Order: sequence, then C-alpha cells, then structure tokens
Amino acid sequence: MGMNNIWVFAQVANGAPTSGSLELLTKARSMGATVSVWVAGDGAAVAGALGEFGASKVFAVSYGANLAGVAVASAMKASIDAGQAPDLVMFPQSYEGRDVMARLSVKVGRTVLTNNVEIVADGESVTVTTPIFGGNTLVATTFTGGTPYLAAFRPKSFVPESVAGSAAEVVVVNVPDLGVTGAAQVIAVHVEETTGPKLDEANIVVSGGRGLGESAKYEMIESLAKLLKAAPGASRAIVDAGWVPYSYQVGQTGKVVKPSVYIACGISGATQHMVGMKGSKNIIAINKDKEAPIFGIADLGIVGDLHKVLPKLIEALQSR
Amino acid sequence: MNVIVCVKQIPDPANLGALDPSSNTLKREGKLILDESDSYGVEMALQLVATAGGGEVSLVSMAPNSETSGLRTALAMGAAKAVLVSDPALLGSDALTTAKILAAAVTRLGGADLIIAATESSDGYTGTVPEQMAEVLGLPSVTFAKKVSVEGGVLKVDRQTEDGYDEVTCPLPALISVTAGVVEPRYPSFKGIMAAKSKPVDEVTAADLGVTPVGWAGAGQKVSSVTQAEARAAGEVIEDDGEAFAKIVTFLEGLKVI
Repeated sequence: MGMNNIWVFAQVANGAPTSGSLELLTKARSMGATVSVWVAGDGAAVAGALGEFGASKVFAVSYGANLAGVAVASAMKASIDAGQAPDLVMFPQSYEGRDVMARLSVKVGRTVLTNNVEIVADGESVTVTTPIFGGNTLVATTFTGGTPYLAAFRPKSFVPESVAGSAAEVVVVNVPDLGVTGAAQVIAVHVEETTGPKLDEANIVVSGGRGLGESAKYEMIESLAKLLKAAPGASRAIVDAGWVPYSYQVGQTGKVVKPSVYIACGISGATQHMVGMKGSKNIIAINKDKEAPIFGIADLGIVGDLHKVLPKLIEALQSR
Repeated sequence: MNVIVCVKQIPDPANLGALDPSSNTLKREGKLILDESDSYGVEMALQLVATAGGGEVSLVSMAPNSETSGLRTALAMGAAKAVLVSDPALLGSDALTTAKILAAAVTRLGGADLIIAATESSDGYTGTVPEQMAEVLGLPSVTFAKKVSVEGGVLKVDRQTEDGYDEVTCPLPALISVTAGVVEPRYPSFKGIMAAKSKPVDEVTAADLGVTPVGWAGAGQKVSSVTQAEARAAGEVIEDDGEAFAKIVTFLEGLKVI
C-alpha cells in the first residue's frame, strides 16, 4: 500500500504558514502521496500559501477559545473514525505541533517519533532519522506499531519548494465535544513585536550568552546585529536569566537557525545550543575560555574578552 | 492544594552521553541526577502549595534501575514523597508507554489538583509526554507555561506561543508543562537534604501499575541504525591581541556580507 495518504499539520505564525510547515508539505509531496493539510484556525488566510506549495485541500479546525492541541487532535480522530485514516501524519516541531501529535498519539494508540531531520518510506516501512548528542550521532528509527505513523520534524530539515499551485480548497472542521479536556480557554492573545529580520530566516545571526556578564551588555549584541542587518539571538542561559525574551533563544528548545553567518559571543557551546546553530554556513565565536566547545565548530575563533573585541568591531563597522 | 511533579533522573549532562551498543538506548548507569528542567516544576509546585496554605508536593518518576539520587534532590527541595516506577522491563519504552506509566503512577497517588512536568527532558527531549499524560488521564492541559498562578481554584497561565504568549485559564484538576526559567529553583538546605533521606519512595514495577506491555515489547518503534554524523571541522582559532576585531571584519568581507 505504501504512503497513499499523508497529513501535514501546518503551524501558522503571524498569519502565515511557518517555513517549517512548507518544508513538510514539500517533503510529503515528494513521497508521492495524496497530501492533506490541517491547520488550527482560519483556513482561508493560509489557503493561498499552502496551495502554492502543493496542498490541494486544507482542513481548517475552528477551535474558538480552546487550545489548538486538543481541538485539532480531536478533529483528526473524528476524521479517522469516519474512515479517512492517513498512513502518516507529519508535524513541525512547534508548540502546537507537539500538542496535537501528543493528544492524537493517545487517541489512536500510536507512539510518536520527534526531533527528526529525515524520513524515508520503503513500501509500508517508514524510517525517520534523529540527531542526538548535539548532532554527532544519527539514530534511524523504524515505526513498528502500525499506521498512522506520527512524526515531528525540526525546522530546516527539508527545502521548501513552490509548485506555484492555486489556492487550496478549504474544508472547515468543527471541533467535536472535548468534554473536560477542553476546559482550558484562551482569554487573551499577546503578539510580541519584533523588529529587523526574523531569527530563523536571517542571513546573519548574532547571539549572546552568559559571557556578556550582565543584562545591560546585551545592547552590544543588538548594536552589532543592527549594523550587520542581522537578527539578535541568545543562549538558553540568558533567556532563563530573564535578560531577553524566549523568542530570542537559539537551540534545541528554542529556534533552529542556519544562517550564512552565525556570530556566537560569550557562548561556550552547550549541546543544547549547538543543536540549534551548527548548520550555519560560517560560524564566528568569541569566548574567553580557549577550551570552550564552540571553538570546535567555529570557522573563526577569537579567544578573548568580548567586552574588548565587540566595541572595537562595532566601531570598525560604524566607520565603514 | 496537592501537586504532583513528574521528574526525570538523567545522566549528568556535563558528561558526553553514550548509547549502549547492545540496546541502542541511552546509557543510564551509575549516578543519575535530577533533570535541571524538572527543578523548575518542583519549585513551582512548592510555591503554589505554600501560597494555597496547605497540601503537599509528590513526585512521580520512571527509571530502568532503582536509582533515587535525583529524586532525593527534589525531596530535599521540599517534596513530601515519591512513586518510583523502577523495572528493567521498561528499557526501550516509547513515549506513549512512558506517558501511560507516569499517568498510572499519578493515579496510584490518588491524583492531584495539579500535575506539573517540564516541556521536555534534557536527555531524550521527545517533548510530548506531558500532553500525552493529560490525554491518558482525561485532563485539560496547558503546555509551555511561562507564568503560573492559581486563584480561587482556577489556574491562570501565560502560555508561550510562536508569536508571543496567550493568557489561558483552566479549572483544576489540570496538567501543565513549564518552561525553564518560569521560577528560580531553590537550593536544597542542609536540613532539607537530611530530611529527604527518610522521606518515603514507593518503588513499584510496571506490572504493579497494571501497564503492559512495556519496554521494547510494547514499543511502536525499533532502532534500525546508529551512525556518526560528519563532524564539522574547526577552523582558525586566534588569541585576541587587541586587533582580533579586524580579523572578523576581514572574514565578513571575504563572505561579502558587509
């Protein structure tokens, strides 16, 4: 039978499908199957973009004030019970993607495989690949528990390719009765304004870590980023410390970035961080500890005090 | 208010991890420590119980051996007791089985007003177990909580989203997953460490909880290969002599990005 029917859950952010979602759509199409896309919320707003990347049908779950995870999973389960079971459901490794797949996993009695960067279907056998130990080791895992297989993928795993398709047909799906599991309700939505290029789309990323010493010194990262038209980023350490918002975080639990140039300032290179940036084409690292793991992957490593190096670098770039 | 926190005991992340070549699972031998991600949940639970003015914090954990050193850290912080599901048969358990086991351990404790987990562990980082547990237990859930309070029996959460955050309310009982940094975890006091030694840890097997099959037998997955990724070669590393900034400028010019 092979992969005849694939579902892709598309994450929507700032009114558009994320590039990670378009990657999955592209990959699903290449597997030669019928591909349907599920979204939480307004399908009409994203039908154009999803159609451009090859989706012919979008199931848009009208979830009201519910959290998307439980609502979309319940709608998917109802569709499966109605005889439309997919062979494979692909999710981006996003907040909503993880929630939908987790709830669906229990509803259909199938496990999940997450953090994948590759998928290969060979007849009915589906194998996904996950990097572990900061990407040093690749583990290939084959689903054995029967379909539908549930797999989540890290951003930047595949290259999104437009097929210049026309807008997808939107099928609005109502949420079945969630009972007590639907008791969580969203009462207000806050969008954090960001200026400059987006972290996961920027050509250059300048990130700061604990080596900055104090919160106020993050200004140096922002100044340098502005001069280079780069996006400012951060290690988990300074996000946890509250110096910058979570949306700045690069790493396993933050954003995965693959810019042309990544400049790591005062970041030692914990596995958690390296996973999120080692795919960058060029890496520059500034750190005072010459044993820091970041130097093991840097194309240009500066062993020194960033409080001396960065002001001079900023001044040199300003004077150009 | 009673709170149950899911905690994982993991190999010290300061050491490079390794796979057991016979089972292709993460090596979890020797001393295991409390996953730092879980210390936020433990702290959150202790604060909520203190604010409520009554109740206690309990722990649930799962390990293939009888390891308790990580649990003792959480008990030393102030948790009252723990259920440790310790069973060699658990080796190779997939995420769904893990969720069923932890949910059964929660039920063994008689449930709670609130169940807290980290968003993902620092060693396996599957990142779905809390939400799977909520579904197994038939509870509402709020994931990726970055600010949590309970007012009049209702949970109020700021939930991290792709765009910013949502304010979410939810009646109890419920399950939440909390992001790192949501609170500042306390260090166990000497008194706490001493008290933790005598706090009850109820050690049970998967069969005691009535969850079968588990481990490889119950897994919907099998590892088909393990390979080494192509290593990224290190480039030039120089000591700053006061002029290293110029090297960076030259490097960026070479890439034609400035």
